[in-house]
Amino acid sequence: MYRYDQYDFLIVKQRAAQFRDQVRRRLADELTEEEFLPLRLQNGLYMQRHAYMYRIAIPYGHLSSTQLRKLAEIADTYDRGYGHFTTRQNIQFNWIELEDTPDILDHLISVEMHSIQTSGNDIRNTTTDQYAGVARDEIIDPRPYAELVRQWSTFHPEFAYLPRKFKIAFNAAAEDRAAIEVHDIGIEAVKNADGEPGFRVLVGGGLGRTPILGSFIREFLPPEHLLTYIEAILRVYNLFGRRDNKFKARIKILVKAVGAEAFARMVETEWVDLKDGPGTITPEELARVQAYFTPPPYAALEDQDAALDALRANNKGFDNWMKRNVVAHKIPGYAIVVLSLKKPGVAPGDASAEQMRAVADLADSFSFGELRVTHEQNLVLADVRQSDLHTVWEQAKALGLATPNIGLLTDIICCPGGDFCSLANAKSIPIAEAITRKFEDIDFQHDIGEIDLNMSGCINACGHHHIGNIGILGVDKDGSEWYQISLGGAQGRQSAIGKIIGPSFAADQVPGVIERLLQVYVGQRIDGERFIDTVRRIGIAPFKEHVYATPIISTAKAEETQYA
Amino acid sequence: MREIIKDKAIIQDDWSLLQLPEGEQPANFSVPAGKQIVPLEVWLAQRDSLRQRADIGVWIASHEQPDALRDDVGVLPVIAVDFPKFTDGRGYSIAYNLRHRLGYAGELRAIGDVLRDQMFYMLRVGFNAFATRPDRSIEDALKSLDDFTEAYQAAWDQKSPLFRRVNRGTQTIPG
Repeated sequence: MYRYDQYDFLIVKQRAAQFRDQVRRRLADELTEEEFLPLRLQNGLYMQRHAYMYRIAIPYGHLSSTQLRKLAEIADTYDRGYGHFTTRQNIQFNWIELEDTPDILDHLISVEMHSIQTSGNDIRNTTTDQYAGVARDEIIDPRPYAELVRQWSTFHPEFAYLPRKFKIAFNAAAEDRAAIEVHDIGIEAVKNADGEPGFRVLVGGGLGRTPILGSFIREFLPPEHLLTYIEAILRVYNLFGRRDNKFKARIKILVKAVGAEAFARMVETEWVDLKDGPGTITPEELARVQAYFTPPPYAALEDQDAALDALRANNKGFDNWMKRNVVAHKIPGYAIVVLSLKKPGVAPGDASAEQMRAVADLADSFSFGELRVTHEQNLVLADVRQSDLHTVWEQAKALGLATPNIGLLTDIICCPGGDFCSLANAKSIPIAEAITRKFEDIDFQHDIGEIDLNMSGCINACGHHHIGNIGILGVDKDGSEWYQISLGGAQGRQSAIGKIIGPSFAADQVPGVIERLLQVYVGQRIDGERFIDTVRRIGIAPFKEHVYATPIISTAKAEETQYA
Repeated sequence: MREIIKDKAIIQDDWSLLQLPEGEQPANFSVPAGKQIVPLEVWLAQRDSLRQRADIGVWIASHEQPDALRDDVGVLPVIAVDFPKFTDGRGYSIAYNLRHRLGYAGELRAIGDVLRDQMFYMLRVGFNAFATRPDRSIEDALKSLDDFTEAYQAAWDQKSPLFRRVNRGTQTIPG
């Protein structure tokens, strides 16, 4: 993985000094809260319902065991002993004191981490495929490019006060595991007719109040032009993106307003004299960064299918875990292991300091000391020997991290919601919890098969509800919390925005609604098709009809048995 | 006279900043004698006569584009860019265009809601003068221009990105 050199250290240390002084000035009232707000946001610090939330960047989701232990230490020392992994492959702490943040930043820097531009109207942490570098279907390794974008975007002087936040994602594999179509810029690795690698560039995707899938504006960009082309997009956006209305300020609104083709022309015009300029990536620089992502010293092994099959035949739990939580690796004899952060009693994406330390140990013992964070809020050991899988499973199980539910019903993407977030209209964690409990039976989940259930506590869509096969959105109606259900959303190659099925529900009706949706699926599915395939084939009408056929009894609020 | 920062020093400034009064036509507005920084629209409306004066500068609002000054950048001693709020970042790209696209080499001044925590970025994109907000210490603001001594990406102050300027080598990855 990438390591800081003297320049990286110099820049983040000067940032730490700057931020320490900004906090001092705020505490001394030399800065008003209004003035401090964007400064602290650019350092990842949000004011939440109860305390400050501090969001720490995990560049493209890559962590070393040393870094994870440091995060555990921060959780213990400055928070309440846990952290929350996010859909941007970052981690956030929910109970932070402003006064402590400069010290926390120093801790982070000691392990080559920071919190720069993890919020605010700037270029955020670049995300990518959690299986980058080890996926079998990969075209190129996107991580060196993501790192080049990280460095280019860090403290870019021109783009620190954009109309709104700006998110870039890379995908470099046949399957899109980075949801690039719902990003401000989505970059996809492709090969041209001559077999040379390059990028296909998408702009203007996003969720939130106006969910839109992005439009491809360039079919092939030679890789050396990556940074100058992004710069051209950002300059057009910075000058012409709307600033009069926060809800219309994302680049997707600009792209929609002028049209993707016209926007592409604006970018090309802007790019003309940037192309081949100093920002062009040199072969030396690419090679330098790529050298940090060379494969670890894999042993020459053979696939262990027979041995694993024997273990699986005797152990249903292990078999379930192998089915859901283990992914094929490009190197024979190795496997990718997903550690599930989803189980009853735990908010999706949360990990305790104890678990973090234990996962760091697992990474050291079984995966070259590295791990990844997924945008579905789980953790990944990317390089596990197949012969170690059974041991890893046993140890992960003991840590509560082996729920065999990856990609299944209870692998819920969920924002922190009204329990923490001051933007939220409704709670999300208790709903996720109720659903997880209701459908806890793992055999049932395996029978239902792959399904994305995503939930957000407000229209900002941090929980990606629009692209959940089932999406749940918390809404406020006359001061009480209601939940709107959508159907048919999807991420990846067949990205789609879900459609709302009808009037919203009370919190305790939601598990019943999910149950009815699943009943329709079970009744209608053919030939092992997935939930989303059935929805696409039969449309949402049969689901809607069944869900609203009879009232769903609301136990908590007996008087509210009707839909709102 | 007020103090501004120019070329990393605090100096006395004798330019006046003119606003177009509400309802006044740019062409009819009478530009007083002396060193005046006039709104872009006034400059454009009275360009022929104002170009005769050596004591006229122009200021650009954040929603305006500087392209109309393409033929004037050689004669204007000062161009100012207004930051109506410090969170309005358009001025950074306006500065980029003035410096890189139009080749403006004279004084480029940030005016409006100019605060110390944004000034390092302003410096990087090409501003060399700062009319800082009068309710804040200009001495403190001056210090902020040295918040960072290194940067990854190219900008006006540093025409090459870090990777073209230094040999960063490749560290071996500890096992």
